[in-house]
Amino acid sequence: MDQPIVCNLVKDYELEFNILKAYVTPREEGLLVLELSGEDKNYEQGIQYLREAGVKVQPLSQDIIRNEERCTHCGVCVPICPTGALVVEPLTRKVNFYDNKCIACELCVKACPVRAMEVHF
Amino acid sequence: MKTIAEINEKIKKGKAVVTTAEEIIDLVKKKGIKKTASEVDVVTTATFAPMCSSGAYFNIGQPKPKIKLGGGKLHLNDIPCYPGFAAGDFFLGATALADDNPKNRPHPGEFRYGGGHLIEDLVSGKDVKLEAYSYGTDCYPRKSLSALVNIKDFNEAILFNPRNCYQNYNVAVNFSKKTIYTYMGVLKPNLGNAHYCSSGQLSPLLNDPYYQTIGIGTRIFLGGGIGYVAWYGTQHNPKVSRTKGGIPIGPAGTLTLIGDLKGMKQEWLRGASFLGYGATLIVGIGIPIPLLNEEICRGTAVKDEDIYTEIVDYSGSYFKKSKKNNLGKVNYKELRSGKIKICRKEVPTASLSSYSKAKDIAEILKGWIKQGSFFLTEPVEKLPSVDSEVEFKPLKIR
Repeated sequence: MDQPIVCNLVKDYELEFNILKAYVTPREEGLLVLELSGEDKNYEQGIQYLREAGVKVQPLSQDIIRNEERCTHCGVCVPICPTGALVVEPLTRKVNFYDNKCIACELCVKACPVRAMEVHF
Repeated sequence: MKTIAEINEKIKKGKAVVTTAEEIIDLVKKKGIKKTASEVDVVTTATFAPMCSSGAYFNIGQPKPKIKLGGGKLHLNDIPCYPGFAAGDFFLGATALADDNPKNRPHPGEFRYGGGHLIEDLVSGKDVKLEAYSYGTDCYPRKSLSALVNIKDFNEAILFNPRNCYQNYNVAVNFSKKTIYTYMGVLKPNLGNAHYCSSGQLSPLLNDPYYQTIGIGTRIFLGGGIGYVAWYGTQHNPKVSRTKGGIPIGPAGTLTLIGDLKGMKQEWLRGASFLGYGATLIVGIGIPIPLLNEEICRGTAVKDEDIYTEIVDYSGSYFKKSKKNNLGKVNYKELRSGKIKICRKEVPTASLSSYSKAKDIAEILKGWIKQGSFFLTEPVEKLPSVDSEVEFKPLKIR
């Protein structure tokens, strides 16, 4: 990538950004987790620009997946999650995972004793 | 008053009344102790939590020519096992790690595969790699062995847990200024979280606080199969302080458990990794309590709010400041609410023990007894209780 893509998203498409995570290494694949906000039309065009520039774009909810078979619903992940995406359901004592609230910070991944939270980029 | 023989007779006829340790609470509330004790025959208790004091014994059967494992070396999937006792037997511990596992370098280590994971792999039916070296004798001439093995290939595979089913446990917090990585999980600085590990009102020994029915020889649900209480567990400590109802405040009784690993299921035996600490095994246990009299019934009606435990700082920094080890007491109802107050700070709580899985186990065991496929046993010997000499003591370095 030889373009300042985040800068262009702001300049050319008037999108506001919030970088949640970034792995940028020279001459290797990088990874950016961004929260973007702005006009719908600008957002669509901005995403289109990224795709044309060769960036693979996917929504966050696809990134962190709970392996339902491995999860034991102990709940140790619950206070670790900064956004409240993992919540104990009071009646059943099972842990619910709201992937729309997940910001893919991955704090739960290593904290889970049975490694039920999986990263799929 | 009932006897175990009478209850077994009812189980045989499909007439036994069985409830879980959760259901009995409401029954006692509605009907009172006397009526519930006469109507209900068995209460099922359960736990599903990590327990490092777990492992398994195996007998490989002998190849031709034979090998003397005892005194030699043995690895299963690169994990060292202990063969130092006979020619064909070895022991695999839940916390064992491969020789080349990076462990805590860099800190915190991930411990993604250890003895507990290997036990899970074996139970799930996966082939594993066995490598053994020995010195050769006239009767066991082979000096090395390399083979793929499966749990089916072993003559015996026996789960053996020297310590399990802790009767209550501490709440772990971190009073210091940096994150610490412990067997109670990742503890955030400045009382960032509080971790506990007990199924509380469902936990076996909390439902039989003075070990009146759970004893040596008691038949149990172990890892999805059948097991037995083999002995009182290591670090068994019945003489700790107790509430008026007899519930120990903090870690007390423990059990040694044994069972046929070949009859167990992956769902109830899970390898686990504790960041910065190590690998272990999560074990599913279900124990039936026969309601022989009203006193035993009262014990099983214990509620989360009746069970108190101590909050302990795992960083040691609170001790330096206050010369006290614990930061007060809390009950399991408060712990399960998701937050507790410590030193006037609201602290989020999390459990290492799965209450929902414990509930599932209590239901499964209830089903087995109702169907007439699981019978109760009279203990051969009682566990040491408050009137015994058994105590947990630290090691004095000489």
